[in-house]
Amino acid sequence: MDFVYDSEQEALKGAVAGLLGKAYDSTETRREVAKSDPGWSESTWQQLAEMGALGLPFAEADGGFGAGPVEVAIVAEEIGHVIAPEPYVETVVLTGSLVQALGTDEQRAEILGGIADGSLIPAVAHTEVAGRYAERPTAVTASGSEDAWTLTGVKEPVITGERADLLIVTAALPTGGTGVFAVRPDASGLSRHGYRTADGGRAAKVTFADTPATPLGEAGTDASDAVALAVAKAQIAYCHEALGAMESAVKITVEYLKTRKQFGVPLMTFQALTFRAADLYVQLELTRSIVMWATLVLADSEDRDFQIEAARRAKLKVSKASRHIGQEAIQLHGGIGMTAEYSIGHYTGRLTVIDHLLGDGAFHLNELATSVADHAEYDPFGE
Amino acid sequence: MKLRLSEEDAAFREELREFFTTKVPQHIRDTVAARRELSKEQFVEAQQVLNAAGLAVPGWPVEWGGKDWTPLQRHLWHEELQLANVPMPLAFNTGMIGPVLANFASQELKEKFLPKTANLDIWWSQGFSEPDAGSDLASLKTKAVLEGDEWIVNGQKTWTTLGQYGDWIFTLVRTDPEAKKQAGISMLLIDMRSEGVTVRPIELIDGGHEVNEVFFDNVRVPAENLVGEVNKGWDYAKFLLGNERVGVAPVGATKRNLAAAKEVAKTAGPGGSSLFDDPVFAARVADLENEILALELTAMRVVANSSDGKPHPASSVMKLRGSELQQAVTELFVDIAGPSVIASGGGEESDIEDWAQVSAPVYLNLRKASIYGGSNEVQRQIIAGTILGLRG
Repeated sequence: MDFVYDSEQEALKGAVAGLLGKAYDSTETRREVAKSDPGWSESTWQQLAEMGALGLPFAEADGGFGAGPVEVAIVAEEIGHVIAPEPYVETVVLTGSLVQALGTDEQRAEILGGIADGSLIPAVAHTEVAGRYAERPTAVTASGSEDAWTLTGVKEPVITGERADLLIVTAALPTGGTGVFAVRPDASGLSRHGYRTADGGRAAKVTFADTPATPLGEAGTDASDAVALAVAKAQIAYCHEALGAMESAVKITVEYLKTRKQFGVPLMTFQALTFRAADLYVQLELTRSIVMWATLVLADSEDRDFQIEAARRAKLKVSKASRHIGQEAIQLHGGIGMTAEYSIGHYTGRLTVIDHLLGDGAFHLNELATSVADHAEYDPFGE
Repeated sequence: MKLRLSEEDAAFREELREFFTTKVPQHIRDTVAARRELSKEQFVEAQQVLNAAGLAVPGWPVEWGGKDWTPLQRHLWHEELQLANVPMPLAFNTGMIGPVLANFASQELKEKFLPKTANLDIWWSQGFSEPDAGSDLASLKTKAVLEGDEWIVNGQKTWTTLGQYGDWIFTLVRTDPEAKKQAGISMLLIDMRSEGVTVRPIELIDGGHEVNEVFFDNVRVPAENLVGEVNKGWDYAKFLLGNERVGVAPVGATKRNLAAAKEVAKTAGPGGSSLFDDPVFAARVADLENEILALELTAMRVVANSSDGKPHPASSVMKLRGSELQQAVTELFVDIAGPSVIASGGGEESDIEDWAQVSAPVYLNLRKASIYGGSNEVQRQIIAGTILGLRG
């Protein structure tokens, strides 16, 4: 097992870090951007597109660059470092993976090509309020046959659902199973109610009423497997985003302990505080290992079940670590950590949201627990 | 970045696995698997089998029997030994004094000691801690005074693990009482059969005799038994402890013990039912397994370790978390045993299985893991100070 980036990957990391570091050079900049719609910066998005960051995982024939999960992870982590509000994981990883797996040649060229060059920003409408983390949709149903399909029901929350140029929607098929459809924003019977989210982003309630929809790929066939794998890829990318955020949160907190004075001395004089900072570092390092491993599993294994399990394992560890780090980062700051003017609370906000996207720790632990007695030692090589 | 082992490393692992599971005597591996104490003879036999195949001291310099392995290969060796229930080569010999001698001792001492140390012909004991010098090791008081060509040693060491088997003991002694704490310490090798050396057992909370006190009463030690330079002992000790920390994260053994715990849990419920029918229990095990996985992957990520006398900073993470998870598995065994946990003296006549009989003593014994090798509080201090730069 080899965890070292090659020189091209290092260069990518440096370039993305440079771009995002400039775009979000202070808490104030990020707050300003998040205040006005769509909740993130269209110009930063275009710069990411020009750099090639938005088309990394797509095939060259589809307008992408043929890179892999490691490159995606690098970008997601840099997004997390500055908690950039751009919907990278949702657009590139979740939408991208579904279209890549299911789309026809034309659909891939149009949608993936559009994502890569920044001209099209689709959103995935998958989560349903009553469904919690269920992988099979039930609230939105599809009816029709051949090329004439309509959707009915409600999806919520749909991240960036109001801004989206195209909706990629999961729906229950009349014959059972899950279908994935594309819905144009001007389709009849479609309504979108957008709102601000707990981490300063945007989401929407999206209602479909006999809304015309185009199946991705072959109509009417069960796409559950493709959805499960796309979800796993997005879970792992979210883990990298969280990892970047946790790394920054620990760094900011450690810096604060060095500079903030009380009782006439820096806070780092107090062992009760430095020991807790040490524990944050321990959790960060352990989490980094398992998250990077999950990306290696995506990159190097062909075994879908192994990939899904790796995503669960990473998500579980990230859930635990991000709560620990997010809570302690505010507590170690004291009152200043509660203010919106200061950075640290925004990190905790974003970590809390990521934890609950596509399954929190308890959800994945429950899934892992059902099979824990089926093997002896767990083999991280998947052999 | 890569998930799989290269073909070469996979073959290397297979070769080790084959050797460990077929060439190391079964009775020794069974004792380890049962989490029972090994006899001195078992330790020696196992290490000599390894040493004969060149597998006892891969971390040493090549000229003294080491292997020019990559850090990953050394990690695989470490893991496969433990997964095969092979006792680790005696840490005092191979992980502690051996590397110190190979790096810092005179050619004479190297030739005299290293081959016998690798083969466990000499059993080394560690003489560092004292009654008043635990985590604050540098406040040690045992002193050595040079008289002609001999050091005269007086004082007391404690927590000397398996000192009852010791032939020689490597000690930290104060050779300059005027110097500041760390600066006046030297490392001295003492024959435990010398006149004036007394070893006294300490009984531990598990009922076993694993550690000892060692007393030095005007013990005469040839001057040439001083390692490296006089008053440089603290540097050698830091080098040694850095190595020790890397070695004390027994990931392979912890994985294997968790697998063993899962196996017995499948029939430990009422009427022979599975404890995994209880979702709380299943979740606890799944979470523990995931934490061990994170530790294992961290070990692979930082396999590059002690170089130019400095331990890898993450070795403190490994020590801290490695000991906690090792203890968590012993705690799991105790909970699986349930009321059978009290039957530590049950023996063969008892209906209670052996794993349950040993569960409480092992749990109590392993409380040591977060104390020795620099307590976990010392590790937090190192992480906060050295890695994060938080200096009070």
